[in-house]
Amino acid sequence: MRTTLLTSVEVARFVAAGYLRLDAVVPDELNDQAVDVLEAGIPAVPYGTPLKEAFPEGSFARRLVEVPEVAGALRSLVGPDPTVDHHAVHVREPRGGEAQPLHADAIIDTRTDAFDVQLMYYPREVTADMGGTLVVPGSHLRRTNESDTGRYQNLRGQTRLTCPAGTVMLLHHGIWHGGRRNDSDQRRYMFKIRFNPTVPQVLLWDTADLADPAVAAELNRRFPWYEPATGRLEVHNRVLLWRAMTADPAFDIDYWTTRVNNRPGRVA
Amino acid sequence: MKQQVLVLYLATSALDAPVVGWSSYDGTGRTHPTAGDGDEPPYETGVDALRDGWRLFQASQLIPPYPGSEYDTSFLKHEFFFEKLS
Repeated sequence: MRTTLLTSVEVARFVAAGYLRLDAVVPDELNDQAVDVLEAGIPAVPYGTPLKEAFPEGSFARRLVEVPEVAGALRSLVGPDPTVDHHAVHVREPRGGEAQPLHADAIIDTRTDAFDVQLMYYPREVTADMGGTLVVPGSHLRRTNESDTGRYQNLRGQTRLTCPAGTVMLLHHGIWHGGRRNDSDQRRYMFKIRFNPTVPQVLLWDTADLADPAVAAELNRRFPWYEPATGRLEVHNRVLLWRAMTADPAFDIDYWTTRVNNRPGRVA
Repeated sequence: MKQQVLVLYLATSALDAPVVGWSSYDGTGRTHPTAGDGDEPPYETGVDALRDGWRLFQASQLIPPYPGSEYDTSFLKHEFFFEKLS
C-alpha cells in the first residue's frame, strides 16, 4: 500500500490549527458507494479495537483509510497501527435539526505529549446552506470541557465547512466544532472515526524539511479570534507540543518558552 | 418589554477593543440566532455597541491565573453582556 506522509510544514500546520483538510482525496468510486454503505450502517466495534480488526480487508471503511493521502496523513499523526476508539455516521436531515453547541468531543483531555485524531469524511459535496461542520481553528489546546463553550455562537476566523465530495478532515481531539443547521433540501452525510495512537507520536512524518523556517512560521500563526495576549500563550503551548513531537527540548519560537524557564543556578 | 441580549468577546479587557467573538439571544422571538450563523461581527468594538443603544450590564472580572496554570488557555477572557429592551 502506497502512503503519502505529511511534511514537517504540514504537521506544524496541524499543530497550530488543530486540523488538516484533504480536499477531494477519496475517489468517486468510493464516494459513490458511501451513501448506501453509511445508510446501512457500519458495525460498531469495542473501544480501542486495532484498525485492522475494526475494519476488515476490503470493507468500505478499510478502503477509506487506505486511500494513500488518508493513510499517509494518519500514519504521520498517530503512527502505524492505531486503534479505533469509536466511529459514527452523522446525518443532517434537509431543513431539519438545530445547530450543535460549540463543543470538543469526549471529556476535557489535557495530554500535552499525545493526542487522538478524528477523521471526518464527507462523501458528497457540502455547500454553504447544508450546514457543514463549524470548526474553530487553533482552539484544540484550550482547556475546556465538552459543550461548556456552547455560549459562543461565532468567532472571527471560524470555518463553516464547504467542500467537494470525497473530502477528509483530520482533527485534533480538542478542536472546538459543531454540526450546523442544514438549511438545504439535501441530506448531509459525514462519517467520523476516532483514532488512538499506540506508539509515541514522535517524528512519524517525512522529516526532510524539519529545519525549514516555514515550520516555525506555521507554529507561530495567530487566528483572528485570539485575544493577542492569549495568542502568545497558544504559541508557547504549541512549542511544548512540538518539542514533544520532535524530541527536541530546545525548540522555541521567538524565545517565548526559553525566556520564562531561564533560572541560572537553580535546580528544579 | 422583552430583553434582547448581545454578548461580545473583545481582544483585551478594554471596552473599546476589537470584537473577536459574538453571540446574541432574542427574547422577543423575532430572530433565532444560533451557532455558526455569521462570519462578520455586528460591531467592530464594544463601544460601537454602546453607540448603537446597547446597555452594558455585565463585564468579565480580571482574575489572576491559578498558580501552576499561568500558561493554560481556556475560555475567552473578555466577555461583555449588553441588553436592549423592546
